[in-house]
Amino acid sequence: MDRSDGRSHRAFFLHRISGIALALFLPVHFLMLGLALDGEARLDAGLAFTDNLVVKAAETGLVVLLTIHLAFGLRLMMLEFGTWRNERNLAPQLIDAGIVLAALIGGAFIWRIL
Amino acid sequence: MSDGQLQVHVWRGGEKGALKTYSVSARDNQTVLDVVTEIQQRIDPTLSYRFACRVGVCGSCAMTVNGRPRWTCRTHVTRVAINSELTIEPLRNLPHIKDLITDMAPFFEKWQRAGGVFEGTATRHDPPASVTHEDRQRRNADAGIECINCAVCYSACDVAGWNKDYLGPAALNRAWTLLNDCRHGDHRGLLAVVSAAGGCSSCHTQGRCTEACPVELSPTRSIAGLKRATLLNTLGLATDKVAS
Repeated sequence: MDRSDGRSHRAFFLHRISGIALALFLPVHFLMLGLALDGEARLDAGLAFTDNLVVKAAETGLVVLLTIHLAFGLRLMMLEFGTWRNERNLAPQLIDAGIVLAALIGGAFIWRIL
Repeated sequence: MSDGQLQVHVWRGGEKGALKTYSVSARDNQTVLDVVTEIQQRIDPTLSYRFACRVGVCGSCAMTVNGRPRWTCRTHVTRVAINSELTIEPLRNLPHIKDLITDMAPFFEKWQRAGGVFEGTATRHDPPASVTHEDRQRRNADAGIECINCAVCYSACDVAGWNKDYLGPAALNRAWTLLNDCRHGDHRGLLAVVSAAGGCSSCHTQGRCTEACPVELSPTRSIAGLKRATLLNTLGLATDKVAS
C-alpha cells in the first residue's frame, strides 16, 4: 500500500504558491525586457537595479519555485493521463524528485550568479 | 495510557458549539466508538452520535478524530491518541445537526446529481450481459465498486470544503464505475454531468480522499480517469466506450 501521508496535499500547496509567484514575476520580467524598447540606457539601469544581494536571493527563490512548479505539474499530468500500476500510488517519489531537482537547479543558479 | 485515563474533547452543539472535555478510562482493545459510547452511556446521555454495525460494514460512525476523518469503530484509541488525549468532532464539509451527527443529505444529493443511478437497457427477456474479468473497463469498475458511502473521503477533501458545487470524490468515483459498466444505458449523459462545472475538473489531485478511504479505494485514480475521458470526448476522440 502506498500512503503518502499528506505529501500529495503539501505538493498541491507548493504547486499553487509557485504558480502565484510565477504569475507575479512574469509581468515584472516582461516590463524589464520592454525597457529595451526605450533604449539601451534604460535597460542597463534596470539591470543595474537587479545587481544586489536581495534581488539575487529573490531570483534564486523564483528559480527554485519555478522548477518545483514544472516538476509538480509533470507529476500531475502523469497521474491524470498516465497508467496507474498501483491503485493508491500518488507518486510521492516524484514529489521528492521535484524537490531535489529544484534544490540542484537553485544551487547551480547561485553558483552561476555569484 | 499514562494514568489509565483518557482526556476526550468532544464537539457539543450544532454549527455553533464548543469542545467539552470528558475523562474516560483507558482500556485495552478500545476503539474510538467505544469511547464515545462510554461517554454517552455513563457520563452524558444527551450526547448524540450515529452508528449501526460497529464492525466497519455500514460506514455510519465516521467522525473527525484528531483532525482526520475516520471510521470510529475501526480506529483503535492506541493508534490515534496523543498524550492520552482525543479530539472527536463531526465530519467536515457537511452541515452539523447536533454534536457528532452531520446531515448527510448534501452528500447523497451529489451522488444522485453525478448520475450515480444505474440505468439498465436490457429486459428480463434478454440474455445476461457477457462481462469478463479480463475486460479493462470491468477492471476499472471493480477497482472502485466497493464504496459504502461513508463520506470519509468527502470530509477529507479541501475542494469539497471551498467549492459547494463540487460533486466530491465519492460521487465521482461512483460515476467512474458506471462509465466503465458496459450495461449502463447513458454513458454520454453521465460524462456530460461529470465534465460540467463542479465535476471532475474541479479536483486538484490533493490525494486526501485516497489517503483517508477506509476501504482503500482510490477516488483520485477514478477522477483522473474521468478527466481523461472528458479530454478525449472534448477532442472528439471518444468512442462508444467513452472510458477506454
